Amino acid sequence: MSDHAVEHDYHLLPPSPWPFLSGVAATIWGVGMVAFFAGLYPRNAENPNGLMEFLFSRGMDMFGADSSGVSNGGWIFLFLGCVFATIVMIGWWRDVAKEGNTGDHTPVVRIGLRYGMIMFIMQEVMFFVGWFWMFFEFMLFRKERAGWNTDVLESASAYQDGYGVNAAGNHFSTIDPWGLPLINTLVLLLSGTTVTWAHHALIKGDRKSAGTGILLTFLLGFFFVFLQGLEYKEAFVERMTHGFWLDSNIYGSTFFLATGFHGLHVFIGAIFLFAIWLRLKNGSMTPKQHFGFEAAAWYWHFVDVVWLFLFTFVYVVFALN
Amino acid sequence: MSNSYDHDDGKPGFFARWFFSTNHKDIGTLYLIFGILSGLIGGFLSFQMRMELMEPGFQIFDNPHTFNMYVSMHGLLMIFFLVMPSLIGGFGNWFLPLMIGAPDMAFPRMNNLSFWLLPTALICLLISMFIPGNPSGDGFAGSWVMYPPLSTSGHSGPAFDFVIIGLLAAGFSSIFGAINFITTIFNMRAPGMTMHKMPLFAWGILVTAFLLLLSLPVLAAALFMLFFDRNAGTGFFDAAKGGDPEMFQHLFWFFGHPEVYIMILPAFGIVSHIISTFSRKPIFGYLGMAYAMVSIGVVGFVVWAHHMYTVGMDVDMKAYFLAATLIIAVPTGIKIFSWLATMWGGSIRFAIPMQWALAFIFLFVVGGVTGVALANAGYDAAVHDTYFVVAHFHYVLSLGAVFGIFAGFTYWFGKMSGYLYNKYLAAAHFWFFFIGVNLVFFPQHFLGMQGMPRRYVDYPAEFEFYNKMSSYGAIVTLIGVLFFLIWVAEAFIVKRKAGDNYWGEGANTLEWTLPSPPPFHQFNTLPRIK
Repeated sequence: MSDHAVEHDYHLLPPSPWPFLSGVAATIWGVGMVAFFAGLYPRNAENPNGLMEFLFSRGMDMFGADSSGVSNGGWIFLFLGCVFATIVMIGWWRDVAKEGNTGDHTPVVRIGLRYGMIMFIMQEVMFFVGWFWMFFEFMLFRKERAGWNTDVLESASAYQDGYGVNAAGNHFSTIDPWGLPLINTLVLLLSGTTVTWAHHALIKGDRKSAGTGILLTFLLGFFFVFLQGLEYKEAFVERMTHGFWLDSNIYGSTFFLATGFHGLHVFIGAIFLFAIWLRLKNGSMTPKQHFGFEAAAWYWHFVDVVWLFLFTFVYVVFALN
Repeated sequence: MSNSYDHDDGKPGFFARWFFSTNHKDIGTLYLIFGILSGLIGGFLSFQMRMELMEPGFQIFDNPHTFNMYVSMHGLLMIFFLVMPSLIGGFGNWFLPLMIGAPDMAFPRMNNLSFWLLPTALICLLISMFIPGNPSGDGFAGSWVMYPPLSTSGHSGPAFDFVIIGLLAAGFSSIFGAINFITTIFNMRAPGMTMHKMPLFAWGILVTAFLLLLSLPVLAAALFMLFFDRNAGTGFFDAAKGGDPEMFQHLFWFFGHPEVYIMILPAFGIVSHIISTFSRKPIFGYLGMAYAMVSIGVVGFVVWAHHMYTVGMDVDMKAYFLAATLIIAVPTGIKIFSWLATMWGGSIRFAIPMQWALAFIFLFVVGGVTGVALANAGYDAAVHDTYFVVAHFHYVLSLGAVFGIFAGFTYWFGKMSGYLYNKYLAAAHFWFFFIGVNLVFFPQHFLGMQGMPRRYVDYPAEFEFYNKMSSYGAIVTLIGVLFFLIWVAEAFIVKRKAGDNYWGEGANTLEWTLPSPPPFHQFNTLPRIK
């Protein structure tokens, strides 16, 4: 069998170091996640300046004042893991781009890539189903759940001085949906049009407009992440007075984690588009064959739709509720 | 067509071949080795547990926390690191491309990523056993279901954070694997092989892959919630902040119930091929068998809360989940009766794989019948969290899925290694294992009905008889496992060469048209199916 020539169009690959190195990076990242968030050593260990205590004690304090005066290095492994993973990804994607340019992506392989991307987006959808399930259960049934009452939520937020009932008449501090969130919605919707513009330009062979369209799209994406960062910063600064942060109550938790994971996905999608922009500048992406671009565009529309659901329900409907 | 690696027919060097692999058969082999190693670790934990429960009082564990840590780690290791890697990663990687006439998987590099995330996950889990879980001891002792508040405020140490990271890594591994399998099946079937001509093992893997793809991300979300509840002060499962601990159970079992079908559907596929091969008849009711698996997969998504009848759901919900659960017995019955009908009038050979497959049917029926009993909310309230439940799910998984693994392993061992095994040693493995596990788990039905609860290190003297029987069974099972290791080693030492189709007439899927072991890259000319 192996002594005659390959007569099919499938893509057989030579050995690649990237998957194994991804596993190594994931291990370092995992140790870093636990060290940074949980800490393998207690913060006030008897030997606060030992190397192990430094490396593996909780690093969350880099966000705030550390009253103990102990320097915590929990973030080091997390940082190393992220850097390692980034290097691996760059190497991996360069290989994929090279293979795309040298003609390894035959029509049948391109169909496979499409299936793969659709399946990947399906699992991303189910990830957000988990967060929305949490949110709707809380929004619709919070009064019916056993053990819940309105007093609990108010007394649980210890920092609610000076904050009572908001304009919508409920006891939750919410972010006004018609300020930054509305602008963010418009930013994302606009980015949906620019990516479509880029797609049509690419099909017509107008590479200059395509480049501009992709550039605008990922800049709008980073702008979205920046605006959301502003929104978070405002909530963080005012958490003492308004009592709205991820540890204040279940709404705060759901709000920050759901929008936070969405923001992370916007960031990933923007980097994806940036990579496609670099490949366009380097001469790949033809009017007939540009699946990398299409995958990035699909992903971009997916994060866009998730945001529309977030904006409609987590911001608007909940504020009215 | 311009494949720049046309020349790449030879095997790469050792390190590149096993660490940087992009070959589905090598990755399948890695998965199987990984599965066997994790299974031995998980089996060691359960053997210790059985020895502890041999008699009332403390034998081995001086700390009940450690016993429960063993229970939790046994569950996680066996599910995520033995059954899933062996059935899906191992046999799926090895035989799915061979059976559908494909040269490799759709994404060979991502395939290897799926594998290499598993050692990461296993390392995290093993680390967790040796670092503080809570003030009572090391490791996480909250069972594989990880319910809060035991997994949040109940385990303040970093051990459970490592479990979370480990399960996230294992989850991403399975999601990437699922994407790969689905794409391979949809896109790389040989010319002429329509979906309705596809071998049943491929159908089993297809349904399994969809279950993984749609259920694991929900578990990932729930694990992130736990992680932030523990470390960032969020209140998803904290009633004091308006959260709801029960919500975790919903999210978990929305994943957890499809998970039990993820573990059994590939075994269904393997058993179908074995029954057909050794009866020398095509499988009875092929389409019914395929769509029975599809409907098990679909219905499996809407029955999750039958794991939580005692949390205080209202009676309408219980009635719904009861009825929906009973419906699953219908497609499962289709499969059982189709296997029996396949054997009916066939010329049956009781080769080793056939013995495993027949035992699989018997044991799965026992587990299935207790499953129908447990589906009833009223009866479940009586035996919830007793050894009756333990006996039930070990009959479908430990005896169902694991017998499926051994059936597949004995069926395909010659194809994978190129060597034939000694059938007397393999028969000793089967009989010791079969008698052993039945001795372990059958008495547990009675223990459960007498009211002995799960996850306890000690028990009153009244329960001693059946517990002792169960623990003796563990020793017999251990002898069976030793025979397993012996026959595998013997086959590799003696090196009896296996022919292309060593099962002869009846084994008619595409892998039997290839040499044993198959060439490094098979099907350079795609087979055509009539």
